[in-house]
Amino acid sequence: MGYHLNFNLIWRHFDKLWQGLVLSLELAVVSILIGAAIGLLLAVWYVSAGKVVRAAISAYVEFIRNVPLILLVYIVFYGIPTVVDFAYSPTASFIGTLSLYSGAYLVEVFRSGLEAVPRGQLDAGKAIGLTPWQRLLYVRLPTMTRITLPALSNTFISLFKDTSVASVIAVPELTYGAQWINFNTFRIVEVYIVTTIMYLVTGYGILFGLRQVERRFKVER
Amino acid sequence: MNANQQPLLKIDDLRKSFGQANILKGIDMAVNKGEAVAIIGPSGSGKTTLLRCVNFLETYEEGSIRIDGQEVGYRDGGNRQRRGETDLARMRAETGMVFQSFNLFPHLTAAENVMLGLTKVRRKPKQEAREIAEHWLKRVGLDHRIDNLPSELSGGQQQRVGIARAVAMEPKILLLDEITSALDPELVNEVLDVVRQLAEEGMTMLMVTHEIAFARDASHRIVFMDDGKVAAEGPPKELMAQAGSNQRLDAFLSRFRTSHLH
Amino acid sequence: MATILYALPFLLQGFLITLWVSALVVVFSLAGGLVLGVGLVYGPRTVQWLVRLFSDCIRGIPILVLIFVVYYGFPPLGIAINAFWAGVVALTLFKGAQVIEYVRGAISSIPKGQMEAGKAIGLTFVQRLRYVIFPQAVRRFLPPWINGVTDAVKGSALISLLGIVDLMQSINEVIGRTYEAMPLYLLGAFIYFAINYSLSLTSRFVERRYAYIRD
Repeated sequence: MGYHLNFNLIWRHFDKLWQGLVLSLELAVVSILIGAAIGLLLAVWYVSAGKVVRAAISAYVEFIRNVPLILLVYIVFYGIPTVVDFAYSPTASFIGTLSLYSGAYLVEVFRSGLEAVPRGQLDAGKAIGLTPWQRLLYVRLPTMTRITLPALSNTFISLFKDTSVASVIAVPELTYGAQWINFNTFRIVEVYIVTTIMYLVTGYGILFGLRQVERRFKVER
Repeated sequence: MNANQQPLLKIDDLRKSFGQANILKGIDMAVNKGEAVAIIGPSGSGKTTLLRCVNFLETYEEGSIRIDGQEVGYRDGGNRQRRGETDLARMRAETGMVFQSFNLFPHLTAAENVMLGLTKVRRKPKQEAREIAEHWLKRVGLDHRIDNLPSELSGGQQQRVGIARAVAMEPKILLLDEITSALDPELVNEVLDVVRQLAEEGMTMLMVTHEIAFARDASHRIVFMDDGKVAAEGPPKELMAQAGSNQRLDAFLSRFRTSHLH
Repeated sequence: MATILYALPFLLQGFLITLWVSALVVVFSLAGGLVLGVGLVYGPRTVQWLVRLFSDCIRGIPILVLIFVVYYGFPPLGIAINAFWAGVVALTLFKGAQVIEYVRGAISSIPKGQMEAGKAIGLTFVQRLRYVIFPQAVRRFLPPWINGVTDAVKGSALISLLGIVDLMQSINEVIGRTYEAMPLYLLGAFIYFAINYSLSLTSRFVERRYAYIRD
């Protein structure tokens, strides 16, 4: 092949990639925290609620899961400000989108986690006289957390990868940085080699770390 | 039995190890045509591994296994070249195997379980395969279960389908691997009766079993395996008589005397 | 309302492109994923290792990056590829890695004894796959696979960024002309939802139907 690899220009602009990677991670972390709050709230509500609430929560979950993320990003960033008088930065808008997005996936994760808590544990909680709130706080949630940890790790890794979509509204995360270098230096192959490696190393590094955390929680029981 | 008749199955100095563990430490054994041979012995003595080597479900690196003079897993000619996929399949079709855990195909009916090998390996037309399957399912007493799925059959019935599936291929030798150990006690006899009948009709059999009483009644010869070796063998009566002079055999048999034979 | 009526013919064309891309991706990834998945389970050590490496790498890279890698990265290496096929290739790689994992999961759910029983009656490897393993694996494979088709449909929206006028891009173009963003976005969302939700309903239906078959 007649292409000669030359990484010099990549290293000169490496801060674009590095800062992009940091922002990608920040986006994923903030979004999963907000998303987990949404997910947990709705999951707890769901398991104790009546038909109407359940239908509403399901509608939210199914809508998010069945529409492309890029379209959700457009709806929140371009669509909503045309209807309500409201403006936000691309980054804030994307965090909002990804939080709603991860929230929908996490409702499912937490709901099945709550339902997987053995009946006997709840009965035991009742037997020692815990109130419903105490049972939720001290029995259901801790067990559910242990059960759902692997799924949470996976969701986080997915979100980290999904942050690449933020580049379409010019949030300067990793993929945006790669595209910037691509268009400004034309070292196309090199920039994608480096970017791909950064995604892989970061993603699997985090996954490996999270698996260690999961193992520790397993030992504790 | 004719003394100069070539044995149907001949095993010479068979050795097999899994990593560090030596499972088979030089097995010599022969089974003549029409003979039913039972292998008994404590668990971990290598009985099942030996049986699985005979149709190459386990590979063996040293020694030889010959059926009708043909080496089982390797090409003839001494350089230990593993047989090709089709060649192995052809060799395996010559041996029937009945498994401890039945291993029926759950998506196929009893008849279809029996027919699969007949149509795909023996290349028989469907109609003929169906007739053979019905014949053998009747023989094992399942006339009324021909078109049932395995999940609709009891364990004993499933195992009888397993036997029909193996014998319908008209194998030269039938291998039975502890075929009753996964069964509830009350279902054991219906399966053993079928085997006993096959033995009487002259089916060549090599069976690993825990049913000492059955081995004594139904086989021509019993092989006692211990620690990867053949520790004693002979016709049932002779073998039982050896127990006095063979400590390991005596120890093994004594468990059954107290628990099973009363 | 008038905008939507004006937009519909445009959207229909985009919709057809989205379906066409998704269909190509689904077919190619199924074929490739099946072969590699079987290689992952039954292949020699080296094949297993290569397939594992391939699948893990692809699944570790964002789809959007995968699309850019193929679209921008292939031509400098001397592989001419237009936007449409770059999108199809990238999405096929992504979906193929998924199919590999579905295949692995489905096959490894089948007890080892099934393969042995097939060997014992003299079936060759291909026959064992065809008559023993696949008929059983298919019911574990189908529900997640059908559900996973939604990932191809959703992922295909990203090829709009290469200028392909799929459903997503046709929505963008209509908005560019009419400046009515929200109704069109919602209409688009509804169309995507309709496709994908019916796929996930199908998946659940298939799963429930197979649930009646006991082992």
